[in-house]
Amino acid sequence: MELKEIKEIIELVSEKGFTEFELQKDSFRLKISASFNQETILASKPQAAIVKTEVVATSLEKTPVLQAPPQVKPEQELYKIKSPIVGTFYRAPSPTADPFVKVGSQIKQGTVICIVEAMKLMNEIESDIVGEIVEIYVENNHPVEYGQPLFGVKVN
Amino acid sequence: MFKKILIANRGEIACRVIWACRELGIETVAIYSEADSDSLHVRFADDAVCIGPPPSGQSYLHIPAVISAAEIKNVDAIHPGYGFLAENAHFAEVCEACNIKFIGPTPQAIRTMGDKAQAKKAMKDAGLPLLPGSDGIVETVEEAITIAANIGYPVIVKASAGGGGRGMRIVRNASELTSAYQTARHEAGAAFNDPSVYIEKYLENPRHIEFQILGDTQGNVVHLGERECSIQRRHQKLIEEAPSVLLTPEIREKVGTLVAKACQAIGYVSAGTIELLFDNDCNFYFMEMNTRIQVEHPVTEMITGVDLVQAQIRIAAGEPLGFSQEDVRFNGHSIECRINAEHPEKFTPSPGLITAFNVPGGPGVRIDTAAYPGYTVPPNYDSMVGKLIVHAATRQMAIARMKRALDVMIVEGIKTTIPLHRRIMDSPDFISGNLSTRFMETFLAQQKAGQG
Repeated sequence: MELKEIKEIIELVSEKGFTEFELQKDSFRLKISASFNQETILASKPQAAIVKTEVVATSLEKTPVLQAPPQVKPEQELYKIKSPIVGTFYRAPSPTADPFVKVGSQIKQGTVICIVEAMKLMNEIESDIVGEIVEIYVENNHPVEYGQPLFGVKVN
Repeated sequence: MFKKILIANRGEIACRVIWACRELGIETVAIYSEADSDSLHVRFADDAVCIGPPPSGQSYLHIPAVISAAEIKNVDAIHPGYGFLAENAHFAEVCEACNIKFIGPTPQAIRTMGDKAQAKKAMKDAGLPLLPGSDGIVETVEEAITIAANIGYPVIVKASAGGGGRGMRIVRNASELTSAYQTARHEAGAAFNDPSVYIEKYLENPRHIEFQILGDTQGNVVHLGERECSIQRRHQKLIEEAPSVLLTPEIREKVGTLVAKACQAIGYVSAGTIELLFDNDCNFYFMEMNTRIQVEHPVTEMITGVDLVQAQIRIAAGEPLGFSQEDVRFNGHSIECRINAEHPEKFTPSPGLITAFNVPGGPGVRIDTAAYPGYTVPPNYDSMVGKLIVHAATRQMAIARMKRALDVMIVEGIKTTIPLHRRIMDSPDFISGNLSTRFMETFLAQQKAGQG
């Protein structure tokens, strides 16, 4: 993958206001995660985001850490799957298992996308829409509120 | 002492618990439904979790959501406030099973007192007088007729699982009894899924007077005197005061000692209220026990100086009361008016946007509220938007203080009961302390006649 392409991806990622982005292509894996400071999250129009990039897996090319442009536009076109209950968010059925879905996964109504644990009960959360997961807003094993966005879905 | 408490409630009582925790140095977690994201309890708690959509059944009453919030926030204890899950024995048990301290009495005490027939039996055994009536549930019409003849008319048929006036029938003579018995059973079955009813003597003009008690885990129980709560409409209290003009210090001591002993006998822990009916000769009868902090607790706090919510928390943490009955002093007189988002004459609910909000201040005035200018009273919950409480040296001075406070308490955008309270403060019956649970009925009839 060319440096230019990575740059473009980072620009796109920060433009869309993603908090996490993962891309896998053959043996190359790129993971970008953005952390907003609290004020930024509270503001209705985020103005600045700190974007970190890390190249996780084996790539023959060296990838420098890049600064993202400061302007982030609020995303509009993504469908958000929200948590139907308060609890703890799990991306996989067990700590050692693969996640139910990843960025890029195609989902449809009924696809199990995650687990929210409430009172020691593992509640499988199913998708209510057909599309592609483009964003995962919550980290594995983190608490979620009722109505908190979990996944951003590009509706097909 | 606890490090972090989750408050399983909303509105003014959630704020009241937050204030108590702040003063005790305890962190707070608020829970809220989607209808309450702009509420003050969410803003003022150290942390807050949205637990569900607006209907209480899916949020404030939904035990898995409440417990799950407590678990993700890692709290040591839950304060249930009043209403919602405050008197739900199952909830208290779930808290216990999850190693979260329920700030209140034991599940067993909640369960016993939640069942009117069981509560009466327990309190009778503990030494409190009961209204003459059936010994528990009345199974047949024939039995009802015999019992009613024995205790003398009028009698009242009440649902064992009841409340709020449902499954309740007043019977003035034998000819009305059969149909009243059957209707009450039918209503009780429909409303509470339990058709059990009992029968007792009906008092024509009783006063509703209740005693506040506090019990700790070491077995100490004190009473903090009474609250006069006779001003009610459809079993909903509107104005409460402490002390009651009916009770002399001797009667207060006699009844207070009796209720404290009864609570000690059942091993009661935490704050509780013994509701009694008084006739004008000071005969009194046990009605029910409330195993929670009550809406009207501030009038007791004002005249005793005891912070009841902090006491609940300290007791739940295992601390001793720290004072005895001899230390309890009653100072002056306190009155509370419940400010409801209701039409002051028609009593229809009036939710909506509060456009202007001014609260009175000055000496001896206390406001417990979660409302503010720009707050929208949601239609999903009860209509109380605040409590105006005054304290003064005498009852007369307290009434004068309440009047001047009501005059500058401004709530615009919604209808409230403020004008109603202002008129009650001018009522000769109220001023003279001539109170009974029929007060509002008479007062509203007089107002209507006056206008016509």
